[in-house]
Amino acid sequence: MSAVTITPPMDLAPRVHSLDPDAFSVPTARDEEWRFSPVDRLKHFFIADPAAGFVTATGAGINLVPMAEVASSWIPIDLPSAIARAHVSKAGVLEIPAQAQWTEPVIVDLTTTAANSYQHLEIVAGHFSVATVVVRQTLTGNVSGAIIINVGDGAQLRVITVVEGEFSTALALQMPIIVGRDATFTGALATLGGGAVRVQSSVKYSAPGGRAELFGVFLADADQHVENRIFVNHDQPHCVSEVLFKGALLNPGARSAWIGDVLVRKDAIGTETHQANRNLLLSEGSRADSVPNLELETGDIVRAGHASATGRFDDEQLFYLQSRGLSLDEARQLVVRGFFADVLGRIGDTQWRDELLLKISDRLGITPMEEIDE
Amino acid sequence: MSALVITDLHAQVQTDTGPKDILRGVTLTIDSGLTHAIMGPNGSGKSTLAYVIAGHPRYTVTSGSITLDGVDVLAMSVDERARAGLFLAMQYPVEVPGVSVANFLRTAVTAARGEAPKLRLWIKEMKEAMADLQMDSSFAERNLNEGFSGGEKKRLEILQLGLLRPKIAILDETDSGLDVDALRVVSEGVNRFREATGAGTLLITHYTRILRYITPDVVHVFSDGRIVETGGPELADILEADGYERFTTVKTA
Repeated sequence: MSAVTITPPMDLAPRVHSLDPDAFSVPTARDEEWRFSPVDRLKHFFIADPAAGFVTATGAGINLVPMAEVASSWIPIDLPSAIARAHVSKAGVLEIPAQAQWTEPVIVDLTTTAANSYQHLEIVAGHFSVATVVVRQTLTGNVSGAIIINVGDGAQLRVITVVEGEFSTALALQMPIIVGRDATFTGALATLGGGAVRVQSSVKYSAPGGRAELFGVFLADADQHVENRIFVNHDQPHCVSEVLFKGALLNPGARSAWIGDVLVRKDAIGTETHQANRNLLLSEGSRADSVPNLELETGDIVRAGHASATGRFDDEQLFYLQSRGLSLDEARQLVVRGFFADVLGRIGDTQWRDELLLKISDRLGITPMEEIDE
Repeated sequence: MSALVITDLHAQVQTDTGPKDILRGVTLTIDSGLTHAIMGPNGSGKSTLAYVIAGHPRYTVTSGSITLDGVDVLAMSVDERARAGLFLAMQYPVEVPGVSVANFLRTAVTAARGEAPKLRLWIKEMKEAMADLQMDSSFAERNLNEGFSGGEKKRLEILQLGLLRPKIAILDETDSGLDVDALRVVSEGVNRFREATGAGTLLITHYTRILRYITPDVVHVFSDGRIVETGGPELADILEADGYERFTTVKTA
């Protein structure tokens, strides 16, 4: 017991923003923002590695530019992102021109050959552009850094991020999203691989009328830690945020953490916000932490809600399906597949919904099902 | 010809205060081609009987037997019972998010028939069966029971009954929560199934309303975990006029 009582700050917003790594203390498990994190497995990110490489972004329309030439308005909010920002030599930049209507998804591959790598990717959607970007983050080593997303006024941007890779690796990623006037951002984050994966998605609105949808799916196997931290800062009127993350913990020792913070500021009248996290524990000895926080500074809003549920299979669902002749295995597979199909269906891209379902089914050892889409 | 034979069945449920006996010696035989109605007041255990036949894990059979064509049903898992030809239309069908009606039905039909139906033939069969129950074809794309009205859920149960073609069908309070139009459509579905398959049917109901559409051959009164009286369709009329009181107050020890 400490003699000093520290009152936690009411404000959910990060307290330190700085380009200087020295402005941040080294994270420990006692820090509120790190208490769910396996700090030991992320410690490569707490000191600069002079031998570190940088993550290369490849894909149609991607420019690799020296970091010095990148005019980024985003300021790091933790030590790993500050170190990565200070030391990353090149950044990937994808600009979607104003008014552009891209009908095909753009694929961005993020790869590296170094043991430790820094990453900086900027996706900038011009005014009234419409595009889908698929970011494939494939981990062969440890990666820290950022994917910065800027959605211009009236633009509709969908970003599907798929994290895959070896269980020996770690990822510490900041994903700040700035949503312009009347713009819509739809994010889907699928964490299917990597050993210790900590992703913080932060939404900020630059003008009224923005809409941000953050959807996530994850699978955590033994020795995997999947952490999603979400911060939605409603500081503009008439904006919408919709957050839904679903995860399955597959084996003993699997860990996940989901922390969803939504802050509705005094001026953010007419806000609509809903966030939810659902976790399915498929084995004994796995653990899912789920912490939704909602802070309202105004009551003049349309709707605000949050929900969180972690559980095992619903016996009534399994009984119902079995009573129709499905074996217990078939019933479980149908339920798990449905659990994820439910959130993936909301991305609004059937091709990638099916692609991700296939990847998930594959990891779960489920025979894929023919879709009847008639 | 099939026969579901239930002999002196006793079952209990685990509660916070220990096991509680619900079924206290049920004896009943359902042969192909015949429709039995079980009527009884709330809490008499008639829905429990349906669940115990289907194999719900919440209930424990303490004595007695259930056989289907001589084979021990109680030794079968829930899905084995279904594949053997037992079907329970549930009072409260369960929602399964993310699983489309179309995919669920095809998976269930594949399990029941032992092979996957050809996709094109299957879609035709499913659409015709849905039209028979006045279900819009958009139903197929919806998530299983999710956001369905009471009437929609019951129609889907009867749709499955028609597609899975069991030997013995158990309908648990299928009439509850239905308006008159829906009740008629659902009853016609049950009657089509009975005529087409000649299956045995066990109709569990609190009210006589559904018996105006589905004529039973035998009516049983269920009270305090067992059948206390058996008669013809006229027994239902007596219950309609007099209620269950005389069966619930006269308890045989």
